[in-house]
Amino acid sequence: MPDIKNYTLNFGPQHPAAHGVLRLVLELDGEVVQRADPHVGLLHRATEKLAESKPYNQSIGYMDRLDYVSMMCNEHGYVLALENLLGITPPTRAQYIRVMFDEITRILNHLLWLGAHALDVGAMTVFLYCFREREDLMDCYEAVSGARMHATYYRPGGVYRDLPEFMPQYETSKIRSKSEVKKLNATREGTLLDFIEAFTGRFPKLVDEYETLLTDNRIWKQRTVDIGVVSPERAIALGFTGPMLRGSGVEWDLRKKQPYEVYNRLDFDIPVGVNGDCYDRYLVRVEEMRQSNRIIKQCVKWLRENPGPVMLQEHKVAPPDRVGMKHDMEALIHHFKLFTEGYCIPAGETYAAVEHPKGEFGVYLISDGANKPYRMKIRAPGFSHLAALDEMSRGHMIADVAAVLSSQDIVFGEIDR
Amino acid sequence: MGDIANLQEIIQRRFSVYEPECLLQGGELTMELPKAHWLKVAEKLRDDEDLGFDMLLDVCGVDYQDHGYSEWSTEQATATGFERAANNIEKHAVNPWVKPRFAAVYHLLSLAHNHRLRVRVFVDEEQPMVDSVNDLWPAANWFEREAFDLYGILFVGHPDLRRLLTDYGFIGHPFRKDFPLSGQVEVRYDATQERVVYEPVNIEPRILVPKVIRVDNRYTQGEVPPSSEGEA
Repeated sequence: MPDIKNYTLNFGPQHPAAHGVLRLVLELDGEVVQRADPHVGLLHRATEKLAESKPYNQSIGYMDRLDYVSMMCNEHGYVLALENLLGITPPTRAQYIRVMFDEITRILNHLLWLGAHALDVGAMTVFLYCFREREDLMDCYEAVSGARMHATYYRPGGVYRDLPEFMPQYETSKIRSKSEVKKLNATREGTLLDFIEAFTGRFPKLVDEYETLLTDNRIWKQRTVDIGVVSPERAIALGFTGPMLRGSGVEWDLRKKQPYEVYNRLDFDIPVGVNGDCYDRYLVRVEEMRQSNRIIKQCVKWLRENPGPVMLQEHKVAPPDRVGMKHDMEALIHHFKLFTEGYCIPAGETYAAVEHPKGEFGVYLISDGANKPYRMKIRAPGFSHLAALDEMSRGHMIADVAAVLSSQDIVFGEIDR
Repeated sequence: MGDIANLQEIIQRRFSVYEPECLLQGGELTMELPKAHWLKVAEKLRDDEDLGFDMLLDVCGVDYQDHGYSEWSTEQATATGFERAANNIEKHAVNPWVKPRFAAVYHLLSLAHNHRLRVRVFVDEEQPMVDSVNDLWPAANWFEREAFDLYGILFVGHPDLRRLLTDYGFIGHPFRKDFPLSGQVEVRYDATQERVVYEPVNIEPRILVPKVIRVDNRYTQGEVPPSSEGEA
């Protein structure tokens, strides 16, 4: 019998488990992976170079499109960098709104991750469960910004507008009967905060449902326990952040260690894994959803009690209100200048990082005093994670590559930028 | 966050032989370093107990060619104004760059001490080379590949310095300031040849909003802008 040599397998770029457009060149010995060489860049849009050609505020919308599963957290990193350089701090209410939506985004992200991860490993039902709750949270995005995904809601100096007093409701149609619509609208009668509060009330039960399906599931454990193990030392050396780092047992969370906005006023815990395998990363993310739910509850409570401005009244960076514009010449000029030329940021540089659902999302911004960034570098958490895929999948079976890849929570919008 | 002034003092004392230039701005510390010393300093940054930068978060290239150039004069009224979607704009030097054109910028984090450091290593234009830190921080691997791809900075000692983000067979380094935003080539499917063909781009490069540098007295006097007073 002739010797069977290693052979090379091309995985993707069009593969349902590739989480977008990943081309993975796998060198195999039988079914065992010898080397994994990810080819990225198929979704490269040069966001950073595009940003160099536009006024600062016009790039906020691009941030949503980086990691298109956790939109507002990307905006947050960018807006924080701008605020650092401008030396401004948004009103407290805006900070609470940002934190609340960051955590809503974290749940959104983890739900998609959980559904997709389970699907890759072979569990279909979880996907359907997760998307049921994502729908509600998408509605929160829509209510507050008008867009279900690409919100462009955070602005330097605050958020674009205050929380709405009503929720959009379903209407009867050919496919939705009256009784069905009534059920769907049950929690949508009041304000957005009422709706979010109702969500936080029922969400822990729903997380229990996902856990019933997976946590003690024998097949799930066989596919994830001891797969893609990363030691804490290695995780640090490889530049892991977020749940990837915490799954390996390193207690590191920017919300606790370098608190931004109002995280230091909120009560929450940081879950940490033990073994650093796919299963621990799963447990960490599920617990993070529960903790996010806790944070949202506290934010809702504070926001109910403390009405106030959500944007600075500094018209060099924030637009004047519509009514003012109709009566006041100064306001009209400010509005015109702001939306044509934008604002100039004093020369300097900054690196602003937020605890994004996937890890540390950083924006490095250099300004030369102009109305456009001189250089912007986005530090995407998934970038370092994917770079370690080779190391993590070596020696595993080919079917485990899909499990390792999806446990990294890869989204190509942020890796390719 | 750790005490940043203290960190600056430690760094200046430890590395005084290498003549680093430390800049403290907005609570962030930047160290500028001649590239000859970078590898030695990097090793100490990682292994020294008081510094302990065990994590490399980011490496990026920067091209300072157009730094401090404005596309529109703001001091005097212009006769022409600004034409929307203009394509030939004269550049005015407001505050031109005097240091080397390229730089590699590293962002480091210490988990034990909870402090951050930015290191900037300048790279000259003729020989854009700098030592790779891949052996110290394996995280540098892809970041250095990206900086090579986008800026053409060569990382000496990198095990696998291939292009990362651009297309297979791409020519040029797209993030350099002299590379047009719309690129050099465009791609389409040619039905007669029955294959994908590359052609020079037919879009004229144009500027929708000019880059304007304004002297703002609020910042020159070292004051922060007023936070909540209504001006309008």
